[in-house]
Amino acid sequence: MISLQNLTCTFHAGTPNAKTVIRDLNLTVDAGEFVTIIGSNGAGKTTLFNLISGNLLPTSGRVFIDGEDVTAHPEYKRARTMGRIFQDPLAGTASNMTLEDNMMITCKKGFKWPVISLNRKMRAYFCEQLVNLKMGLESRMKENISTLSGGQRQALTLLMMVLSNPAIALLDEHTAALDPRNAAIVMDLTTRFITEHRLTTLMITHNMNHAIAYGSRLLMMDAGEIIIDVSGADKARLTVPKLLEMFSTVRRKAFENDEVLLAAG
Amino acid sequence: MLEGIFVEGLIYAIMALGVFFTFRILDFPDLTVDGSFPMGAVIMATALSGGINPLAGLLLAFSGGVLAGFVTAAIHNRLKVPHLLAGILTMTMLYSVNIRILGNRANLPLLRVDTIITHVSVATRGLIPADWASLLFFAMVVLAIKFALDLFFHTDMGLVFGALGNNEQMVKVQGVNPATLKLIGVGLSNGLVALSGAFAAQYQGFADVNLGQGIVVSGLASVMLGEFIIKSNRIGMLTLRVILGAILFKAIMYLGRFYGYYINMTPNDLKLIAGILIIASLAVTNYRRIRGKGGTAA
Repeated sequence: MISLQNLTCTFHAGTPNAKTVIRDLNLTVDAGEFVTIIGSNGAGKTTLFNLISGNLLPTSGRVFIDGEDVTAHPEYKRARTMGRIFQDPLAGTASNMTLEDNMMITCKKGFKWPVISLNRKMRAYFCEQLVNLKMGLESRMKENISTLSGGQRQALTLLMMVLSNPAIALLDEHTAALDPRNAAIVMDLTTRFITEHRLTTLMITHNMNHAIAYGSRLLMMDAGEIIIDVSGADKARLTVPKLLEMFSTVRRKAFENDEVLLAAG
Repeated sequence: MLEGIFVEGLIYAIMALGVFFTFRILDFPDLTVDGSFPMGAVIMATALSGGINPLAGLLLAFSGGVLAGFVTAAIHNRLKVPHLLAGILTMTMLYSVNIRILGNRANLPLLRVDTIITHVSVATRGLIPADWASLLFFAMVVLAIKFALDLFFHTDMGLVFGALGNNEQMVKVQGVNPATLKLIGVGLSNGLVALSGAFAAQYQGFADVNLGQGIVVSGLASVMLGEFIIKSNRIGMLTLRVILGAILFKAIMYLGRFYGYYINMTPNDLKLIAGILIIASLAVTNYRRIRGKGGTAA
């Protein structure tokens, strides 16, 4: 489904400030896989997403989606097969518009023509879908998005992404800005939607327990490289201490990142 | 005089609706307006003196404005030039283009040609006074444009325009090219502005390439005045308050022109007044926001 070949991304290339954020990275993700990605700050996780989504162009290397070379395709074109959710709950919705308007914009991908599609049938469909969130949003469809809480916005963004029917979902720490209760709700919805719609998913997380508990494959990134890649039965047997041990064996240094370790505890 | 304020206000309201589209919906401060407004005027004047049907002239003026908007959006999209600079470039170039359209002249009087206003007064002769006939005519034109815009903002494309000004990333994630949207949006906006210029030329009885100087400022002032009159989030109210704002702005300018001499003011000071009006609006909005925040801070 996704194939990255010898991907390298250098910021400020050719200047004294040059910094290689992704280093000769190779990765193949099969259709239906749920990959969790973990790594310290600056490991290149978000840059990897930016390269897959087309927000950034690689310095060298190629990106294939579904067998097609999309390295030169702009972000909006690649987005037709991809859903992406950001850490910031404000990033996925337009806050000065109503809930139903937001859903109308996001319910299908691609260019929008000047036709009115938001009719009674569409509203009933949105209402039916919102019930699935169990947040009471179905009665607030005419309200502005800005009246929703962060958790509600992120759950809605997730629902809207699923409705647009992408093949790939890129989740960039989408529960990190939420309180623990809402984070748990959004995480439950995430796994439910991923299984129901058989999405090929890449999920960045700062929470080692999440990375181990969810998904079928775990990647650990460090300094722009994938240093650990476990899946299947090995992934099922993984624990936090084992993961930390693997890291120090590979890198010959202790894993030092308070945020990740605290989240693991 | 009173109906004069309303007629001029209504004519400028069409321009203000265009300014509202770019500044408020698209979040694309577009200065092309200073060039596309006189462009509409000179296209209309040239068409009328050439014996072209007024309706066809209006259509030509609108298309000219759309093209001007396309140029600005294309400069911004293709060359990654900031929107303000892109608008200034087009506006400056349009000055020469407008003189060309007029046939190497800076102005063209419309005294002996039939404008759409003459047609209206001929059609309504004996029924209502000519002044009121044109007021009624422009009220209908502006309302028709307003309702067309309201309808447009309820379409799928219109909704995406709303999202674009608010959250461009969201539009990209939906697989829509923001550059295409900006092209359409800035084009439509300048089409409206040129239409307004075309009506203004017919109402004043002449077209002048300097007609557009500072027009974007008066459009913005109208939009801001409107925001003081009505607080709302519904698109129907948003467009309505732009129209009311434009009429109010013209009324203030009339007052300045008629009673300004008591305080030694001349018509040349009106642009200064328009600018001060905007600064005052911004200051009040800013003050309200700071106070609003202080009140709700946890």
